[in-house]
Amino acid sequence: MAYALQQLINGLTLGMIYGLIAVGYTMVYGIIGMINFAHGDIFMIGAFLSLIALLGLSALGISSVPLALALTLIFAAGIAAIYGWSVERIAYRPLRGSFRLAPLISAIGMSITLQNFAQVSQGARVKPMEPLISGGLLLTEGDGFAVQLSWMQIAIVVTTLIVLAIFTWLVTKTPLGRSMRACEQDLKMAGLLGIDTDKTISLTFVIGAALAAVAGLMFLLYYGVIDFYIGFIAGVKAFTAAVLGGIGSLPGAVLGGLLIGLIEVFWSAYFSVEYKDVAAFSILIVALIFMPTGLLGRTEVEKV
Amino acid sequence: MNLALRDAFLSAAAALGLFLPMVGFVATNTDQGLVLTYRPIAVAVLVAMVFVGRLIAVSWRGRSARPQQPNAELAARFAAAGKYLTPLLLVMALLLPLSGSRYYVDLGTLVLTYIMLGWGLNIVVGLAGLLDLGYVAFYAVGAYSYALLAESFGLGFWTCLPLAGILAAFAGLLLGFPVLRLRGDYLAIVTLAFGEIIRVVLINWVSLTHGPNGISGVPRPTLFGLSFSMDGGEGTVAGFFDIEPETIQRVVFLYYVIFGLALLTNWVTLRLRRLPLGRAWEALREDEVACRSLGIDVTNTKLTAFAIGAMFGGFAGAFFATRQAFVSPESFTFIESATVLAIVVLGGLGSQLGVALAALAMVGGLELLRELLTEIAEQMGSPIFAGLAGELPTYRMLIFGIALVVVMVLRPRGLVSGRTPTATLPARA
Repeated sequence: MAYALQQLINGLTLGMIYGLIAVGYTMVYGIIGMINFAHGDIFMIGAFLSLIALLGLSALGISSVPLALALTLIFAAGIAAIYGWSVERIAYRPLRGSFRLAPLISAIGMSITLQNFAQVSQGARVKPMEPLISGGLLLTEGDGFAVQLSWMQIAIVVTTLIVLAIFTWLVTKTPLGRSMRACEQDLKMAGLLGIDTDKTISLTFVIGAALAAVAGLMFLLYYGVIDFYIGFIAGVKAFTAAVLGGIGSLPGAVLGGLLIGLIEVFWSAYFSVEYKDVAAFSILIVALIFMPTGLLGRTEVEKV
Repeated sequence: MNLALRDAFLSAAAALGLFLPMVGFVATNTDQGLVLTYRPIAVAVLVAMVFVGRLIAVSWRGRSARPQQPNAELAARFAAAGKYLTPLLLVMALLLPLSGSRYYVDLGTLVLTYIMLGWGLNIVVGLAGLLDLGYVAFYAVGAYSYALLAESFGLGFWTCLPLAGILAAFAGLLLGFPVLRLRGDYLAIVTLAFGEIIRVVLINWVSLTHGPNGISGVPRPTLFGLSFSMDGGEGTVAGFFDIEPETIQRVVFLYYVIFGLALLTNWVTLRLRRLPLGRAWEALREDEVACRSLGIDVTNTKLTAFAIGAMFGGFAGAFFATRQAFVSPESFTFIESATVLAIVVLGGLGSQLGVALAALAMVGGLELLRELLTEIAEQMGSPIFAGLAGELPTYRMLIFGIALVVVMVLRPRGLVSGRTPTATLPARA
């Protein structure tokens, strides 16, 4: 029981990270109906930016951990936002209204580009980092197994919740959020009613990228080791989360993220660690075949 | 001009934001953990390149994006040139082993493997319009089929070649049957996941595949039962023809095997395009809803494209296994899928000649460029060229990625594709 409780805690923490990335997929899909393949790589860039920022701050002699984390968060989210904006501007905007495969292929090209850009600029070796926050709370001790809630996990969950709260406020209460939701319902009509759709789509990518960068920082803190390849696997898993929760639905993305995190952790704990990625990918295939609308999604009618 | 300058400054500012943290600072692995190192000059060069590039681009064609022009004219010219180019390339490919250089024959074999993979994927992506990001999975199925059949049952290459194709096609059916009902972009990500699943299974199913160590000692192909072993005795090619046994004989033989396989792929594709099935593929690529309302069985049509494409991937995989005499999961990463996809897209999504030229340029061209740079570096004793040559393989995938984006943005239908329908109505009198 204690073991399962520990896995539950770990799974929820991991799920938060996936949820943050999944929100970016689902937002873009909701508005322009395409899979942003490069999103996972933006997450990876975010993790690298966080690493560089943390190293830079420690070189500058800032030793207060909360301050360093806050500065890193702002820096990584800000720069990743520029990446998100550039990706949309360069690779997707010129292809709006082009034939079906064009934006998809260009998105894959962008994903390969970002991945190899990180490899070329930062080197192919894995980057290990010493844990910033250690220790934690001892919850219970049953069956000779100590259930621990580490400070790191608390920090990750709290930060994610704060970021998601800000994001929810942004989408539901601000004029920007209103135009985003309008574009999601009907892009052309929103344009006719005077919404700058290009700008709204750009801002969607910017917000999605910033969230992915936050996830990148969390990933770096949680695992303490990153390389240029993490974006690929995490991206597919987060996309699975978005599909599972119902693509286009923002709460669904977070819910799906939590589910994927839990499934992955429990699978590794009780079945096999080697096949944990296979488990996540199989869920993607099964979810797409048997419930393509996901848990909280709407059915889509294709019109000619 | 003023506007162009402003635009260029903005682009340069964005580039500074992009490159300053990622290129300017490097988290370098050292014995004492990670240390930041600095590269200000690289950032300055990149930002300057963006500034100048944007300035030139904007002043050249104005700020507004021009409408997408159909490149039918270019395609027509290309088709006309193709009449002479195709036989020329064929003759060159046929005569290449006469050069007697092992390096060129090996490179030619590599290029032909990619041409064959490109033509196989072209059926799926170029003709049927299904974006398959896990093509390498079928390549892996073919390679492992041959390696395992040879290891467990002692079967030879020519017996296993059709079996590998059949098994790969079967894998294609197995994956395609449930997922081909999905929308195009879902299909893309599912195939991507499938490719990863195959790779992870190959790594972890140690009792069957020997895991990451791979399978070594995969037998070489034989020429009508004659082997290419070095002892030159009875039953070897050298012994039969009474010549000195040399490695180059086997290399040349392998070259002609893949040459024949690639031509087979091309021939089958060209014939299929004239069948109702091939026409249905192309119609499907253009408009799925229209196809369905015209009574074409969409799922079955997609499934055949998927299975036939997978079959050629399987053939190429078996060839890969026999050429390397070794298979391991490392050869079947997403990078391979992406390379083949890049070749198909650059070649023009459906154009056979285009795919061949793209493979020649992307695989052979880069390799030759590296060779050339090494040569120059040796001649001049210049460390800059030597450095460039050494770095080139690292930049290969970066170049591929950028090329994919650039081609899609400038010519979404591929570099040379005119998207000419193979079936046209006769002109009315």
